[in-house]
Amino acid sequence: MKEIKASLVGFGVVGHGILEVIKRKQPILRDLDLDLKVVSISDHTGSIMNEAGVDADCVLKDKTLEKVATSSMKGQEAIKAVDSDLVIEVTPTNVVHGQPGLGHMEAALSSGKNLVTSNKGPLVLAFSRLRKLADDNHCQFKYEATVGGTMPLMSLIERTLVGNTIYSIEGIFNGTCNYILTRMAQENISYSHALSEAQDLGYAESDPTYDVEGIDTAGKVVILANAIFGMDAKYSDVKVTGITQVTPEALAMAKKRGYVIKLIGEVPSLTVKPMLVPIESPINVDSTLNSAAIVTDLSGTITVTGLGAGSIETASAILSDIISIYR
Amino acid sequence: MRLSMDLELQDVPGQLIMALQPLKDNKANIISVVHNRDRKTPTGMIPVRVVVEMDGSKIEIVKIQLKETGVSVVRAGEDRLIEKVPVVLVGHILHSDLGDTIDRIDSTGFAEVVDLDLIMPGIEEPSTAYLKIRATGKDEIQKALAVLRAVGAEKKLLVIEPIEAEVA
Repeated sequence: MKEIKASLVGFGVVGHGILEVIKRKQPILRDLDLDLKVVSISDHTGSIMNEAGVDADCVLKDKTLEKVATSSMKGQEAIKAVDSDLVIEVTPTNVVHGQPGLGHMEAALSSGKNLVTSNKGPLVLAFSRLRKLADDNHCQFKYEATVGGTMPLMSLIERTLVGNTIYSIEGIFNGTCNYILTRMAQENISYSHALSEAQDLGYAESDPTYDVEGIDTAGKVVILANAIFGMDAKYSDVKVTGITQVTPEALAMAKKRGYVIKLIGEVPSLTVKPMLVPIESPINVDSTLNSAAIVTDLSGTITVTGLGAGSIETASAILSDIISIYR
Repeated sequence: MRLSMDLELQDVPGQLIMALQPLKDNKANIISVVHNRDRKTPTGMIPVRVVVEMDGSKIEIVKIQLKETGVSVVRAGEDRLIEKVPVVLVGHILHSDLGDTIDRIDSTGFAEVVDLDLIMPGIEEPSTAYLKIRATGKDEIQKALAVLRAVGAEKKLLVIEPIEAEVA
């Protein structure tokens, strides 16, 4: 049995989901000969540490670690201090300065620890630096959950489609925008009405700018450009138009001609904009689903779809990355 | 010369072969035949679009021969604008001079706006327009879209294009 000592950094919705999934999937992990223990969890209030594995039931009850923290150490300090092989970094994303995630990732990789993350910001800002740090320190660096949630995009390209030349990737990479556009088209309602509905259902934040202005999708486009196409793209290289100007009339006119309107991210053209997608296209998915069409030389066009967000769904992508490192 | 013809056939066996025979006899190279069985005309005829490369001077002979065989020729002519792309515009389309927006495409010489549908929900509200642009080739479609993008940026219009695979 291979022992894996993991440090979970970030204990918000995604962090809770990961702890829950690791607990729930212990039988499968054991079948794979993996003994995965979360030996530390850190958030903005402190850390809980246990060499034998943190008791998930005990910490999952609360939103933060405030009541159960055994140390006041946070972030980078905790990553360096804890004896672990793997860091799971899931703090809130920031595409302007990347912190605190970027510091956590640098601390993990420079300490020779493998890194799995769902945090886009640091990858948007410093992908090449993190990749080099991982290579220099002989660490594995996995980030499937940063693009498309459960949609197996990175692993599909890096493993299953290995040997293919990837010409382009285009798709729907933001579930919030997709929900809003889907509802506008279905019910002939305004953008603001559909946004309010998405906020009521928890699909959109109270400040939806990050999603509806295409910033989130642009971040994913940058990650794909750098990770899959070996580009050295920055957020500012992406030409971004969000969905706030899309009218119900535009959706109705598109529908009359056999199209839907979706927010589409494209690589390597580095664009994010609302586009006409044929109703029968495999990338035309509704509600909060994500989809991507990967255009290759040998396999033609491969389309994948999946849930783009959600704590358990993100945890699924994280678990898949962990297993791929250690199996 | 590339020509296209819109024909209407009776819904009986052998009509399509009969319609193609005059083209064969006049040495036309058939590029495509679109047989719309599911889109019958109100009189129950089946519309067929044929695109051919042929000597343009023989088109009148072909039309006469087709009529003699009972095939109705709805339209026949040079197919200069062979590619098309749908685009949706959102914004103050009329107030930003819709005529000028269309002229910018039409004046390229290689592309034209051939269909326009406009919805204006209210005076202060943004309008929405559907445009179909035809052009002389795929490259020209991309050039026409680039012109429209530039016009959109200048006039603060949202230009919604089809995903790349759909420019056909």
